[in-house]
Amino acid sequence: MKLRTLFAATTAFLVAVPTLAQEQPTAQPAAPAGESQELPTIDVTDESAQDLTIIIPPMPTQQVVSTAAGSTDALGRQVSQIIADNLRNTGLFKPLGPTGVRAIPVSEVSAPDFGYWRGATAQALVHGFVRANGDGNLTVGCYLYDVALGTELAREGFVVRPADWRRAAHKCSDTVYTRLTGEGPYFDSRVIYVSETGPKNRRIKRLAIMDQDGANHRFLTNGQSIVLTPRFSPDERRIAYMSYQNDKPSLYVYDLSNGTQRLLVTNVSLAFAPRFSPDGRWVLFTMSVAGNADVYRIAAGGGTPQRLTTAPGIDTGGSYSPDGSKIVFESDRSGSQQLYVMNADGSNQQRISFGGGRYATPAWSPRGDLIAFTRMGGGFRIGVMNPSGGGEKLLTDAWGDEGPSWSPNGRVLLFSRGAQGPSGKSDIWSVDLTGSTSRRIPTQLDGSDPSWGPLRP
Amino acid sequence: MAKFKTALIVATMAVAVVGCQKKRPETLPPGPGGPVDPGPGPGPDGGAQPGSAEHFRQNVVSDTINFDFDQYDIDSRARQILDSQAQWLTQYPNTRITLEGHADERGTREYNLALGDRRANAAKNYLAARGVSPTRITTISYGKERPIALGSDEASWAQNRRAVTIVIN
Repeated sequence: MKLRTLFAATTAFLVAVPTLAQEQPTAQPAAPAGESQELPTIDVTDESAQDLTIIIPPMPTQQVVSTAAGSTDALGRQVSQIIADNLRNTGLFKPLGPTGVRAIPVSEVSAPDFGYWRGATAQALVHGFVRANGDGNLTVGCYLYDVALGTELAREGFVVRPADWRRAAHKCSDTVYTRLTGEGPYFDSRVIYVSETGPKNRRIKRLAIMDQDGANHRFLTNGQSIVLTPRFSPDERRIAYMSYQNDKPSLYVYDLSNGTQRLLVTNVSLAFAPRFSPDGRWVLFTMSVAGNADVYRIAAGGGTPQRLTTAPGIDTGGSYSPDGSKIVFESDRSGSQQLYVMNADGSNQQRISFGGGRYATPAWSPRGDLIAFTRMGGGFRIGVMNPSGGGEKLLTDAWGDEGPSWSPNGRVLLFSRGAQGPSGKSDIWSVDLTGSTSRRIPTQLDGSDPSWGPLRP
Repeated sequence: MAKFKTALIVATMAVAVVGCQKKRPETLPPGPGGPVDPGPGPGPDGGAQPGSAEHFRQNVVSDTINFDFDQYDIDSRARQILDSQAQWLTQYPNTRITLEGHADERGTREYNLALGDRRANAAKNYLAARGVSPTRITTISYGKERPIALGSDEASWAQNRRAVTIVIN
C-alpha cells in the first residue's frame, strides 16, 4: 500500500500507513490488465473502443466524523461522485454509481463481494474509504479491482487537509485511469484561463484559476485591464500572461504563492504570446518592434530579451518541445500563417504545415509526439500533427475554436470556442485525441485562453 | 506623467465605450465604395476647443482608416484620411496622438495583436512621412479585442479592420 500526502509531507502522516495495512490486502498480485481477457487495456486513441463499465459505490467511513470539509460519510459519497464524473468525462468509461449502487460496509473495501458485482455486469470496481485522522487531516483509501478475475489492480491511500479533499478524489481517479489505460495521470491538475463577461465590444477579461473539473474557481485579477493568453510555469507556481495595464500591453509574471505580479518585459510597445521553457528558466514570447513581430526568449526572472527569429513577417506563438531542444512557432513569411520548427537557438527554421488554409497557435505536447494547432479555413478548428508535419488530424469542427492547451499526459486538449455573431460569447471546451469526446468545461462566466497546468505534486 | 497616463486611459475608454455607441457612426467612413464625406464642421452650438480631441474629429475626414483582410497597406481612401489628419496635426504641433490598431475576428488572438500593431505602425509611418514627428505618436494594438461592429459578417469585419487616431489633450 502506497500512502501519499498531498501537501508538505511530514513523517507524522505516515503513521497512518499501518492502519491501512491492517485491512488484509489480498495476497494475489495484481494481474496486468492487458493480459486479462476480461479487462483489456483501454486504447485512448481508438474511437471505436467499447466503454468499460466500472462500478463506484459510495465510499464508506469507519466512523462518521464531522470535519472542516463535512462529515466523513458525506465526503465518501462526494469522492465517489468526483471519480465517476472524471472517468465519464474521458469518454472511455461507463461509470455506475455512487447513486443507485449498493453501499458497501468498510469490511468490503479490501475484500470485495466479487460474486455480487459480477451479477451487476461490472468489469472493474472502485472501492475506498474516507477517514478523519486524529490530527485533523483526512485519509482517502483507493482500491481498483478486476471483477471477472477477482483481483486487485491498484491500491493507494491519500492523506489530505480537509480543504484539499477533492484532490484525493482526483488522485484516486488518476490511479484508476492510469492503471486501466496505461496513460499518464491528469485529473489532479489546475487550469488558468481568461474569464470573460460583458458585450462583445468591451469584454471584461479577468485572469482566473480553477481545478481541471471547474471546481475551486478563483479570480486573480479584477478586470480593470484586459488580460490575454495566460500560461502556467512547469512548477505551477507562476503564470506568465499579457496585460494592458497602464495602456502598455506587455507581459507579466504572476506568483501564485503570494499573489504578486511583476512586469517581465520592459520598454516595449507590444509583447505577447508567452510560454515557459520546460525547465521553467526561460519564457518564449513575441515582441513587436515598429510593426515587425518576432519570437524572443527572456530569462523567467527578467533580463535582456534574445531574438530568435528575424523574418520580416509576423513570427509568434513559440512553444518548446518537452526536452527544450526545439521550438515550434507560426509565421506568415510565406504569405499566410504556417507552422515552423527551429532549434532552441533559432537556427534551422523549417516549415512543417502544408495543408490548405492557415495554421496558428502551435502547442507542443508534453509527450513530445504531437503538435496541436488552430487551423483556419472556413471555420477555426483544433488539430494535431506530428513534429515533422505528418499525420495531421483535425479534432473539432466549429466556427471559432482556437488556442489548444495540452493536458499533463498529452492526451486531452483544452481550447476556446467562440460564438459566431454579436454575443461575443466564448467558452472553454475539451477534446480528446480521437476527436469523439468533446465537452464544455463549466466556468462561472464565459472563458477563453485556457492553459492546462502540470500534474500537481 | 501619471496624470498624463490617466488622461490617456480616460480618453481611450471614452472613445472605445461612448464613442462606439453614439459618436462613432457620425465619424465612421462610409462603407467601401461610398462617397467621400468631407466631415462635419463645427457643431451648431459653437464647435469644439481648437486643438482638442473633439476639434480633431470635427476637422479631419475621419479618425479611422480601414484595411483589407489580413492586410496593412494604406490605400487611397486611407491616404486621403491620413492627409487630413496630418494637416490638422501640423496645425496643432503641441498635440500628441495614440494610434490604435485593430483586427477583425477572423484571425487567432496572438496573430491579430501583431496584425493590429502592423496597421497602427503603417498609419504612423504614413503620418511621419507627411511631416508629423514620430515622437508625437504612440501605437497600441488591440488585436480583435475591441470590435466596433458586432456582427460576424463581411460588413462588420470591414469596419473592425481599422486604425483609429486619438488626440491626447
